[in-house]
Amino acid sequence: MVSEPNSGGIVPAFTPPPLPSDDKRWKIVNGTMRKNGFARHALIETLHTVQSSFGFLDDDAIRFVARSLRVPLSQAYGVVTFYHYFSLKPPGKHTMTICTGTACYVKGADKLVAEAEKRLGVPQGQTTKDGNISLTTARCVGACGRAPVMINDGELAGLTTGELMLAQLERWAVE
Amino acid sequence: MTTEELDQIAESVRAENAKYDHEINVCMGTGCLSQHSDLLKDALVKEVEAQGKNVFVRRTGCMGLCAAGPLVLVDPEETLYQHVNASNAEAVLANLGGEPVAALQCDLRDHFDQQVHVVLENSGHIDPEKIDDYIARDGYQALMTALTDMTPNGVIHQVTESGLRGRGGGGYPTGLKWGTVAKAAGDLKYVICNGDEGDPGAFMDRSVLESDPQRVIEGMAIAAYAVGASRGYVYVRAEYPLAVARLTAALRDARRRGLLGNNIGNTPFNFDIEIRLGAGAFVCGEETALLASIEGRRGTPKPRPPYPAVSGLWGKPTLINNVETFANIAPILRKGGRWFSAMGSERSKGTKVFALTGKITNTGLVEVPMGIKLREIIETIGGGVPDGHTFKAVQTGGPSGGCLPAEMLDIGVSYDALVKVGSIMGSGGMVVMDDTSCMVNVAKFFIEFCMTESCGKCIPCRAGTAQMHTLLTRICAGSGTMEDLDLLVDLCSTVKEASLCGLGQTAPNPVLSTLKYFRNEYIEHIVHKRCPAGVCNIEAPAEVLA
Repeated sequence: MVSEPNSGGIVPAFTPPPLPSDDKRWKIVNGTMRKNGFARHALIETLHTVQSSFGFLDDDAIRFVARSLRVPLSQAYGVVTFYHYFSLKPPGKHTMTICTGTACYVKGADKLVAEAEKRLGVPQGQTTKDGNISLTTARCVGACGRAPVMINDGELAGLTTGELMLAQLERWAVE
Repeated sequence: MTTEELDQIAESVRAENAKYDHEINVCMGTGCLSQHSDLLKDALVKEVEAQGKNVFVRRTGCMGLCAAGPLVLVDPEETLYQHVNASNAEAVLANLGGEPVAALQCDLRDHFDQQVHVVLENSGHIDPEKIDDYIARDGYQALMTALTDMTPNGVIHQVTESGLRGRGGGGYPTGLKWGTVAKAAGDLKYVICNGDEGDPGAFMDRSVLESDPQRVIEGMAIAAYAVGASRGYVYVRAEYPLAVARLTAALRDARRRGLLGNNIGNTPFNFDIEIRLGAGAFVCGEETALLASIEGRRGTPKPRPPYPAVSGLWGKPTLINNVETFANIAPILRKGGRWFSAMGSERSKGTKVFALTGKITNTGLVEVPMGIKLREIIETIGGGVPDGHTFKAVQTGGPSGGCLPAEMLDIGVSYDALVKVGSIMGSGGMVVMDDTSCMVNVAKFFIEFCMTESCGKCIPCRAGTAQMHTLLTRICAGSGTMEDLDLLVDLCSTVKEASLCGLGQTAPNPVLSTLKYFRNEYIEHIVHKRCPAGVCNIEAPAEVLA
C-alpha cells in the first residue's frame, strides 16, 4: 500500500508572514492575497490594493507582499517600477493630474503643465515642499471628447483653461 | 436560464417601460459625468415628482456627442437636448409632449444620419448597470441560440463568414483566430478581452465598457463556447475607474442570472470571467505583454511564434480579442454573418467606431460603415475644423499610426487603404489637427511617448526611439542639420525592421508619415530656423537679431 506523504513531507506547508503592523489596511491587502490563494500571479492585483489603501508603495509594503506571495524581491520591485501607475512616493494632500494624451496635447496640455509647474515650483511627478499638492500627468484618461482634461482629487474636469487650473490650485493653497 | 426565461424578462421590462408616457435618458458616461450629469438626473427625478408627471428618468451610457454634453434624449419623441444642466430640468419636464425646448435642442442631422450603430446600438438607450435592460434589447439571445442550436464549429463558421477583423488595430481575421484556438489541443483554454486601450486619443473601448458591458460579456461567452474555453479575463486599464465599476457590476449580475458560471443555459457549458487591472503600461496592449501582465509580471513581449492561440496564458491555448471585436459578436450571431459582411468595403467588413477628437467641432464617438471616406467623417459627421482655422492633418492609429494631409481625405477608411498611405486603422482614434499644430512637434510628441513606453527589452526600440527623440528635439529647437534628417530616416527603418514587437515596429510611423507629407516643415525648422505654426521655441539666430 502506498502511503500518503505526511505533513512534514516533501513540500512544507507555507505560512504567510505576519502583518507588518496592526494598521487595519494590511488586512485589506491580506484579503486580496487570500482571495487569490497567495498565488504568485496575484502580485499586480495585490500592489493595486496596497496603493489604493495607502496611496503609495513603500519598501515595507513591497517586502511584505513579496514574502507573502513568495515572489523574489527583485521581481516585486521590478514590477513596481515597470508600471507607471504605481508610485513609490506618498502623494500630497491634493493631486492634480493633467492629461497629456494626443487630443489634450493638440489642445495645449503642454502649456498647462508648464503653467502648473511654474505656479507650484515643482516639476511634474513631484509634490510641493509643504506636502499639499502633487502634480502628475497621465497618458490619456479617455475623456478626449472634453480635451484638455485635468483630474482634481479623482474628479475629472474637461475643457480646462489656464485660468480654471490656476483657480483650482489657488483654492487648494488657501484652504 | 433558458430562451423562454429571457423572453419573459424582456417582456416584463417592456411592460414596465410601457407604463410611462415618456422616458428621459440622461447620458452618464465619463464625458457628461464630468459636467455633473448625475446632478442633472437627480434634478429631473425631483422635477418629475414636483410636476406629477408619468415619466421615467434613466441613467444611460455614452450618447457619442461629447462636445455637446451633458446630453438628454427624450423618448418616444427622440428629442435630443444638448448642454443640459440641473437648472434646465423644469423646462425639459414642462415641455414634454409639446414643443421641445428650442434653446436646448440639438439638431445635428448630418452628424447622426450617416452613422450605422452595431456596436453602439444600445449605448445611450439602456441603463448599463441593469442586465434586464440589455436582455430586453435581445441581449443573450445569441448566446442561448449558440449553446442550444449551434455547434462550436457552426459559431466559428458564422464569425468567419461575417468577415470580422480584429478591432484592436491588427485586423487579423477573427474567425481564423477562433478556429486556431478551437483546434489547439488542451483541456484548459482561456478567453481574454483586451481592454488596455492605451492609444492616447482613443476611448471606444472605455465607452463600450461603460455603456453596454453585458454585450462584451456575451461576446466573450460565445467565443468561449466556440473555442472550448472555460475561463476568461478582461484586462482593463486602471485609468478607467467607471468602466471597471460598471463591468464589475455587470459580471455580478450575469452570474446571478445564470449567464456566467456552471451549466449556462442548462447545458454542460461552464464559463466565468475575472477582471485584471492594467497599471499604466502602453506596451501591455501587445498580446504577449498583456499575458505577462496577467501572470503578475513585467509587461514585456515575447517573440512569436508560438502564438497565444497555441501557447498563451500559463502556456495554455488562449484567445485574445479586443473589446470592440467581442462587442460585434452577438449581433453577428443574431443576424447572421452575411448580414455583417454586406456592410463595409471589399476586405474590411462591418462598421467601425472612431473617437473623433482634437480640432474638430463634434468631438465624440461615431460608428460608421467601413469604406466611408475620411472626408465624410471629418467634415460631415465631425462638422469640420472650428474657429475659422484650416484643416492640416488627421492622425489615425495612435502612436503607431500616421498623420494624413488634406489630399488624402478622399480615401475610404479600411485596414488596407490606411496602411497603403502610411498610417494604420489602429483601434480607432482620430485626432484632427489644424494650422496651429506643428507637424515636427507632433512627431516629437509621439516619439517621446514611444520612448517612455518602450519596455526596454529590445535595443532597437529602447535606444532607437531615444536617439530619434534627441534628433527631433534638436530639429524643433532650430539646431538640427540636414544630416540629422538623413540619420532620422535611417533610424526609422532600423527601429521599424529590428524591433521585437508592434510598439517598436510601428513607432517610426508618425515620423515617416510627417516626413512624407509635411517635409517642408522639417526643412523650415532646419534651414530657415523657423516654426511655421509658431509652436516650437526657436531662438532667433544672431544675424537676425543684429
